[in-house]
Amino acid sequence: MRTALVLLLLLAVASIPGSIFPQRSQSPLQVNEYYGTNPSLAKWLDALSLFNVYSSAWFSAIYILLFISLIGCVLPRTWEHFKMARALPPMTPKNLERLEEFIEFRTGLSQTQTLDKAVAELKRRRYRIRKLSDSVGAEKGFIRESGNLLFHLSLILLLVGVAFGSLGGMRADVIVSEGETFTNVATSYDSLNTGSLFSIDDLPPFSIKVEKFTAQYDIVTSAPLDYTLNAKVIDYPGATPRDEIVKVNAPLTFGDTRVYLQANGYSPIVTVRNKEGAVVLRGAIPFLPQDGNLTSIGAIKVPDMQPQIGFVAKFLPTAERTKEAGGFSSYPEPLKPLLDLAAWSGDLGLDSGIPQSVYRINTEKLTQIGLAALKPGDRWELPGGVGSITFDGLAPWVNLQVVRDPGKAYSLAGAVLILIGLLVSLFGRRHRIWVRVSENGGDTIAHIAGLTRSPGLDNEIKTLAATLRSEVGNEGHVQPTEGSE
Amino acid sequence: MSKSDWAFLSNDLIYAAMAVCALAFIIFAYELAWSIRVGEEKTTISRRSKVLRIAQSLTILYFLILVVAVFARAVSAGRVPWGNMYEFSITGTLAFTFAYLVASIKFDVQWLGILISFASLLTLGTAITLLYVPSAPLVPALKSTWLVIHVSAAIISGGVFLLANCIAGAYLILERIEQKNEGARPGWALRLPKLESLDQLSYRLVALVFPLWTFSIIAGAIWAEAAWGRYWGWDPKETWAFITWVGYAAYLHARVTAGWKGRRAAWLCLIAGSTFLFNYVYVNIWGTGKHTYSGL
Ligand code: HEM
Repeated sequence: MRTALVLLLLLAVASIPGSIFPQRSQSPLQVNEYYGTNPSLAKWLDALSLFNVYSSAWFSAIYILLFISLIGCVLPRTWEHFKMARALPPMTPKNLERLEEFIEFRTGLSQTQTLDKAVAELKRRRYRIRKLSDSVGAEKGFIRESGNLLFHLSLILLLVGVAFGSLGGMRADVIVSEGETFTNVATSYDSLNTGSLFSIDDLPPFSIKVEKFTAQYDIVTSAPLDYTLNAKVIDYPGATPRDEIVKVNAPLTFGDTRVYLQANGYSPIVTVRNKEGAVVLRGAIPFLPQDGNLTSIGAIKVPDMQPQIGFVAKFLPTAERTKEAGGFSSYPEPLKPLLDLAAWSGDLGLDSGIPQSVYRINTEKLTQIGLAALKPGDRWELPGGVGSITFDGLAPWVNLQVVRDPGKAYSLAGAVLILIGLLVSLFGRRHRIWVRVSENGGDTIAHIAGLTRSPGLDNEIKTLAATLRSEVGNEGHVQPTEGSE
Repeated sequence: MSKSDWAFLSNDLIYAAMAVCALAFIIFAYELAWSIRVGEEKTTISRRSKVLRIAQSLTILYFLILVVAVFARAVSAGRVPWGNMYEFSITGTLAFTFAYLVASIKFDVQWLGILISFASLLTLGTAITLLYVPSAPLVPALKSTWLVIHVSAAIISGGVFLLANCIAGAYLILERIEQKNEGARPGWALRLPKLESLDQLSYRLVALVFPLWTFSIIAGAIWAEAAWGRYWGWDPKETWAFITWVGYAAYLHARVTAGWKGRRAAWLCLIAGSTFLFNYVYVNIWGTGKHTYSGL
């Protein structure tokens, strides 16, 4: 148990750096920033896995050692405990007066009567009893050790749940604009992380149509008040669609898989035509919010033109402009929407094989051909007669996070049992009490004492004495003796 | 009354509670200073207890004002009063003072009054100056029954941990004084409980509230599963809640299994308590992560 405790402490200490240095799993951008400001230090930190503390080899090593030492310590103890549960309480010690809360008094009953009465009373209090010719041994509070074992066994269950969840689980993100349908197959995701035991066949075959997304904001502070997503859900191809409402604290559930509403933004809807007037691009293009008022940036890439055209764009739901700040949004709802565009012409580099951000354009091999700011409905004829772009309107988008965690039921059960085990082991009371009855001249004298690590033994013995003594009232006293303290 | 009237009322009452609390602190301090000077002369005892009664009444008074202030804040925001760090602090002070008042019905803990009033004054002062945010509705992530369950458990645990730490601190101070005086206490400290009682008391408080703290973390995890899509993500707040948990678990283990007592146990208690404070102050204000609702 000591090793396990030391390892638990070590795990706590080992988790500290992860709360000090930015973590890739939580804020990859901050890690990049760290590299920008402190490149040489960052390299060292990275070599020590300090940007991935919780998935690092050394952290896992502690975790696994803890797991092993818990098992190694708890299993034998559980076996011992089972054996002990059937054992009788220990023999009555010779010198009861050396134990705790020793007390002796005259009873006014015969020896056998006194012993029978003691046995009956102790049984009533659910002590386990060993009856001998002139004494009774009694024990209760096995449950304290049971609680302790339950606690540690549940800790193992919790760790199993965590491991199971991360090995067999997956987590994916996808951005879906209002009106579009998301089908749960691997190719639909914008990003996907899977555990090593996860198989693509584990994906439940549902699809979700984003019918309508509503966001409400506080007029004064722009703080969000409510997000509601109205969705049409189909559980598997051919199933009847059902209407569902998804909120931040109310995800959709498909078995082990849940779908969360995580973020939202706007997709400007645009149409781009070439110089012949044929449509080369039409659709809702998700933009990335930069602040609480949803000032958003994005990129509109039109590879099907000669030469290729790209728009570096900024979308402002409620457009405002100052000299210092340039264009920005002053409220997250689209009260005065504006699409700022910079058109670039040349090679977009889409065929280079290097993955590109959908929100940005690398303008190195491009030349700027013009700037414009469009309101919904506006059309911009591009300079040089290469074509045109129309800002048709807006659709909100939502970021759906798809998460599968097959271990979480075990973790939850583990956590609840940990709590129960804890309560039992902290508040369960373990006492041992012995009663010896001797005959001395015509008197029957009872000697009672006990052993404990929990509070309350004094009271147990006092009340037990009171029942045995009740027949003779207070005259029963033989030099009342205090306990050993 | 409009919502903003309630918010203003709440702020005014916080200042009023602070004024009364400061007065209580001064009188507790006066009583202490005075008893240090006059030592154990019998004649002063009745006067001392009179002074203590005044201070205690003022403590009850600021507690009552605080009840109304927190209630008014709740009305102005239209929800439970613990949606951000400011509210967490004022409600926490309320819980902490309440724990002390309840304890003083049954146990002789009035000697703690000076620490209680000082800690309350400090917390309220920091809250209204540094942490204040206008009363506002909740952001969507906080709209959940779990807000009531998780945060109230966290507030109560925090209040009781703080109380246990005050007692452990008092233990260490008194122990040092006794050591200097070869086991004897100066007159002013005679009425304080025996060292063993202090040791026991802080242990009992920790043992009592540790399961609640465990529950608060579990409730947080269940909520996180619903709100953030994972029940545990080593977010800084989660990490430090875990560290506090391990700290107090080590404390309980050290006492029960290894038989630690007295000074070593008191230090362990203080270390575990400081990880809680670190989580509250540092992670809320300077930390990053999903779990920063300080609103600053
Ligand atoms: C495993 C998950 C979680 C853990 C371990 C955790 C831990 C804590 C702790 C230690 C506190 C005490 C006060 C403090 O130190 O600031 C606290 C307070 C609070 N928690 Fe959590 N929490 C968890 C999940 C959540 C979730 C999911 C939410 C909401 C979406 C939440 C909302 C709050 C709020 C509003 C407070 C009070 C205000 C504040 O201190 O900022 N917690 N939590």
